[in-house]
Amino acid sequence: MDISVTVNGDPWLLSVEPNDVLLETLRSKVGVKSPKIGCERGDCGSCTVLLEGRTVRSCLVLSVEADGHEVTTIEGLDDDGLTSLQQFFVDLNSFQCGFCTPGIVLAAAELLEEKPNPTREDVQEAIGGNLCRCTGYAPIIEAVLAAANAAGRAAR
Amino acid sequence: MTIAQVFDYQRPETLDEAVRMLSGHAGEVRVLAGGTDLVAWLRDEAIAPDLLVDIKQIEGLGDIVDEGDAVAIGSLVTFSDLLNSELIRTRLPLIHEMAGTVGSTGIRNRATLVGNICSAVPSCDGGPVLLVYDAAVYVVGPNGPRRIPIHEWFLGPRETALARGEIVTKVVVPVPVGGHGAAYVRLSRYEGEDLAQASVSVLAPPDHLFRLAFGAVAATPVRARRIEALLMGRALDPGLVAEAMGLVREEILPITDMRATKEYRLRMSEVMLQRGLKASVERLEGTGPSYGTNLM
Repeated sequence: MDISVTVNGDPWLLSVEPNDVLLETLRSKVGVKSPKIGCERGDCGSCTVLLEGRTVRSCLVLSVEADGHEVTTIEGLDDDGLTSLQQFFVDLNSFQCGFCTPGIVLAAAELLEEKPNPTREDVQEAIGGNLCRCTGYAPIIEAVLAAANAAGRAAR
Repeated sequence: MTIAQVFDYQRPETLDEAVRMLSGHAGEVRVLAGGTDLVAWLRDEAIAPDLLVDIKQIEGLGDIVDEGDAVAIGSLVTFSDLLNSELIRTRLPLIHEMAGTVGSTGIRNRATLVGNICSAVPSCDGGPVLLVYDAAVYVVGPNGPRRIPIHEWFLGPRETALARGEIVTKVVVPVPVGGHGAAYVRLSRYEGEDLAQASVSVLAPPDHLFRLAFGAVAATPVRARRIEALLMGRALDPGLVAEAMGLVREEILPITDMRATKEYRLRMSEVMLQRGLKASVERLEGTGPSYGTNLM
């Protein structure tokens, strides 16, 4: 069946089967490769995308369910270059292999949108569904808190 | 690995249309809401429907409604909706606390409470909590609407009282009169994703008329009537709590699986009951740990 989906601001008309999963459709038909194929059962968070601004597991969403909706991946967070959050990930060495990074950045972006001044516990809870096997999480948490602090300073 | 099996997909816009699709179809049909269980099961080939009926376009199913002496939770209300609802937090704190333990934000944004009890896995978080609130499940089907008390809902692992052609529209949760303390004590291997290894739900109205339920330690969530009878109206002294802990093995029937052994589940259920009773009474008195604090 035909679906229309907005991906990172661009409208797409796609022909999909009912058993197509959003993760696969984004990667193979739209050509957006940042959502990663990890556990494919909702456990690892590597395939996280924003659906109407909220994080979802794109491995657990059928492509037909995205019909008429807006999907944002890490490529769509900022029109030109990196967001402040992403820049702090770079500055604080918050990733090594990078496989979990798109999902974690989106989870953190959702948190900062809802709670601009999160506590360390808030950050831990927000990224609790995203597995990272490299960093031990500490530099990731620091980057999210640093981005929140920077945004707070800019607002003052 | 994508989904290997083939099925049709329909997206009705009204309940009538959805019921017609469900009851007019000869093969196996599944209702799709958040899909966090369903899509995983499709991939695992744990189920083999030839039609999915997606109910997310149907209006009115996503509401949390204050009915005065009860709160109605529509079948499209997600765990995130519950967690962010002031109505739920203030009037049904046990549901608020439970919602915060389910999966992670990316799951809670999609998974629904009603889907959780329709999947009816023994470790479901929604079941035990609805049991202690004496909730009721409202469904519509080809023969019209009906109300199913939550105590008659769970028939076995992944098995419910929902009949062929029926759709759940809401669960209605009575608000206990006179206020209550509560505690959802949940054991899992790690926070963020894991299913419960065991859970204890405690509802403490004034006068110590406790209501208790266990999850993930029997084929279905279970209400612990014998322990409730023992505790009824009595002050919680260490001797009584020990007696209650001794009764846990009469109430539950845990199994050994990849997440825990039956011995561990039994022993931890006793400890979790002890902690849940303490926290819920303290919360009723306004002195306990804030809701959402991990008691394990």
